Amino acid sequence: MYDIAIIGAGVIGGMTARELSKYNLNICILEKENDVAMGATKANSAIVHAGFDAKEGSLKAKLNVRGSLLMPAVCEELGVKYKNNGSLVIGFNDQDRETINELLKRGKRNGVEGLRIVEKQELKHMEPNLSDNVLCALYAPTGAIVCPYELTIAAIGNAMDNGVNLKRNFDVKSIETTAIGYKIKSKNDSVEVRFVINCAGIYSDEIAKLVGDDSFEVHARRGEYILLDKECGDVVSHTIFRTPTKMGKGILVSPTVDQNLLLGPTSVDIDDKDDKSTTQDGMGQIIENAQENLSFVSLSKTITSFCGLRAVGSTGDFIINSPKKQFINAAGIESPGLSASPAIAEYIIKLLSEQGLTLTKKQNYNPIRESVHKFFEASIDQKNKIIKDNPAYGRIVCRCEGITEGEIIDAIRRNPSACDLDGVKRRTRAQMGRCQGGFCGPYIAEILSRELGVPFENVTKFGGKSKVNIAKTKGGKIL
Amino acid sequence: MRDLVIIGGGPAGMSAAITARESGIQDILILERDGQLGGILQQCIHNGFGLHKFGEELTGPEYAWKYEKKVKELGIEYKLNTMVLDITKDRVITATNSSDGIFELKAKAIILAMGCRERSKGALNIAGTRPAGIYSAGTAQKYVNTMGYLPGKNVVILGSGDIGLIMARRMTLEGAKVRAVCEIMSYSGGLARNIEQCLNDFDIPLKLEHTVVEIHGKERLEGVTIAKVDKNRKPILDTCEYIPCDTLLLSVGLIPENELSKKADVDISSITNGAIVDQDRQTSCEGIFACGNVLHVHDLVDFVSQEAELAGKAAAEYIKQGKKQTIEIAIKTDGKIRYTVPQVITDSKDVTLFFRVSDIYKNAKICVSDGDKQILSKHRPKLAPGEMESITLKGEQICGAKELYLSLEVQ
Amino acid sequence: MERKLTCIVCPLGCELVVTIEDNNVIKVCGNTCKRGEVYAKNECTCPKRTVTSTAMCDNGSLVSVKTDSPIPKEKIYECMQIINSVTVKLPVAVGDIIVKDVFGSNIVATQNRS
Repeated sequence: MYDIAIIGAGVIGGMTARELSKYNLNICILEKENDVAMGATKANSAIVHAGFDAKEGSLKAKLNVRGSLLMPAVCEELGVKYKNNGSLVIGFNDQDRETINELLKRGKRNGVEGLRIVEKQELKHMEPNLSDNVLCALYAPTGAIVCPYELTIAAIGNAMDNGVNLKRNFDVKSIETTAIGYKIKSKNDSVEVRFVINCAGIYSDEIAKLVGDDSFEVHARRGEYILLDKECGDVVSHTIFRTPTKMGKGILVSPTVDQNLLLGPTSVDIDDKDDKSTTQDGMGQIIENAQENLSFVSLSKTITSFCGLRAVGSTGDFIINSPKKQFINAAGIESPGLSASPAIAEYIIKLLSEQGLTLTKKQNYNPIRESVHKFFEASIDQKNKIIKDNPAYGRIVCRCEGITEGEIIDAIRRNPSACDLDGVKRRTRAQMGRCQGGFCGPYIAEILSRELGVPFENVTKFGGKSKVNIAKTKGGKIL
Repeated sequence: MRDLVIIGGGPAGMSAAITARESGIQDILILERDGQLGGILQQCIHNGFGLHKFGEELTGPEYAWKYEKKVKELGIEYKLNTMVLDITKDRVITATNSSDGIFELKAKAIILAMGCRERSKGALNIAGTRPAGIYSAGTAQKYVNTMGYLPGKNVVILGSGDIGLIMARRMTLEGAKVRAVCEIMSYSGGLARNIEQCLNDFDIPLKLEHTVVEIHGKERLEGVTIAKVDKNRKPILDTCEYIPCDTLLLSVGLIPENELSKKADVDISSITNGAIVDQDRQTSCEGIFACGNVLHVHDLVDFVSQEAELAGKAAAEYIKQGKKQTIEIAIKTDGKIRYTVPQVITDSKDVTLFFRVSDIYKNAKICVSDGDKQILSKHRPKLAPGEMESITLKGEQICGAKELYLSLEVQ
Repeated sequence: MERKLTCIVCPLGCELVVTIEDNNVIKVCGNTCKRGEVYAKNECTCPKRTVTSTAMCDNGSLVSVKTDSPIPKEKIYECMQIINSVTVKLPVAVGDIIVKDVFGSNIVATQNRS
């Protein structure tokens, strides 16, 4: 029996789990995939928005501004890379300038600090690689970047270190009302809980329907991205947005905390919530847009392209409410969901306590998670001490990103354990460089097989049927 | 201070080490990232290596063994499982392994012999999903040949580079069905013999001017859509064809691995993606030499070994006598000839220029001139981008030249 | 009758034209070496290939192997079955015979394994 079940191990579920792990509560996270951070959390723009964009008075606006204020301290405690690089909304014509003026006013009303308009000369000085056609920009010095899956993995890892239970491959099929609360069933498992928090991303409307709440819908909005090599990471230093139009916020150009350059997203509403495919049109649109924004961008340095599905709610705002006793929705968390996530977690806890949940602080709560970058960022002397104790740190497995066997083993052993190749990739960056796992993939599969005690041919890319090899040669059977 | 440190213990590194030793350098250290010498040859178990060098057909491991044996006989020192992390212009090397930890070495000369890597899927931006079952051909080769696992049983191969062709045969022999090899160009980048013995022998269709336009499948690959391409290599959409498969291998080109060279500020050619070198394979950084696939991608390992001999000998001379540049002649090309190695000549001795062409040319004349003066011309019945060509100039022919121009006259 | 072939003897890949009369090769054109002519004649009468593969060692690792001379092309799959059914006793060195007399050739190791 659990006090609370959180459905969905994305950034909202993860941050909420961590916030709740401060209290004497028995908590489980139910995740339908083989790993955490597998939905919209895995593939988005990785931006901590300043907060000038959302309509004043909306939950989006309030929680964005509060969330982005909380974010640096959260990242510090979790050892997650956070970079306050500032953002620019660039305009090319008078109409854009009008919109930018509007954004400035709205941002001030939302309580965003330091906003101001910069003119072409200063702008080109700040970002020399911007297109010569640029006219002016809204500068938001509080804009920042963070890696969303790194944040989520760290938050859930920290929550688990503080006693939270993670159940993977738990695809919720039904939720029954019981005397104490709810019974949640998957195909072959079930949990009994007092409270349910629905953080199921694009599926959160379907989860809500399981308890009879059909007050909202969530649909999927495809966002495609192109990621360029680290050689391009300094093309811009700020996050560059286009002036929003009726068609949306447009394609952004941003450095990532790992020094790559990110271009995207497209924005297309689709019916199939499982369709994470990229498209020719999408790629073309990103390239065209990036070329308008920048005077030069080397697309031959592309290392990967991918697609994320944003969970767009039918109300236009975040849907955070309690439609039923002891049941909380955190649905329709599209942009600025990542930025707002620490504040959403606080808000959910407020709702829970209003619902009668008793919150008593844990004595031994530890807010600190040792950074996964500890070895990478250590001095040579410190590294040599670590290698002496554990020689696996002397063996580089991923040559593109310089990741050692020791770091990979650590990612498999610590909470939440990496169980597949993509899990290792998101935790360590191994396979994320320019060869995209061509060299290190087989070695990492070997380490996974050894550490997890599973046969080599059962190692997967991301769980389920995503096996990397299908059979042994030399008389082995083809499965 | 070490005399000579060689980065990479594959065919280039071993050959350079042996020649340097034979040229009188005692203090040599090879740093190899893998657990054995031989580099990528260890997974190239097919035959066809060594005809030029040894007059016999060897497999990759056998070719590597000839050099490894010699390295051991000569007592050349090497460290395995050792990754070089950094090189500086003044030849300080930082490396790491499990037993020594992170350590620094200073060398009188360095030979870069890190080889190349495969172009990855990411660089192609193919539309569709991102399931398991997509590998570069070399990764599949590693799984099949060194680890003993079969990545899949129904295979489509994109790109007709030699590794892709070799893997088509290899996976067929291990029980997989190769549905097609798609090549976006109108000709294969692989050797004609490999089309014959790896595809035709097994009735595997080679679809020229075709590419993969979409990837299907959520968890494991379920199929690909292929299409014919037009003159601009854009897919013609009404030629789309769905091929069910669980595996897509990519053999779409090799890129010299010069991340370390860049750290040392070595000048890199935007065409070869390798260092700009002189006839001795010395880079723009004094005392740093480069050879093998890290310098430019070769079709034959025999030529890698030959090139490494040049670098090994020159590094030995440099260690003994320091830099001695007498002249400087830049080499330019006309575009039909994409590049030459070396790109610059700094000594008026006989020199062989290696080059590649940008398209298929029949009955062409290779011309070398210095200003208006033609120095040499050679007829070739056929030139193809997939095949490295060479032309040798005599010392007296280049003596006094300012800038050499290589061009192709096509009838 | 004329038959066109691509020579596989060396990386040059010469395009050969073979003239055949009454099942006898009477002329080979396009070759640039003697070995090409031999290849063309064999290819039109009894085509042969060298088979390269891997074999399982008694400790579960793999060793690369080959036929030490070309075998008849139609025997490639049978040859693979033989290779796949053997277990190689370690240690093994380059050139060690693993299976004798396989379609007129021997299966030999092409790697050292201990």
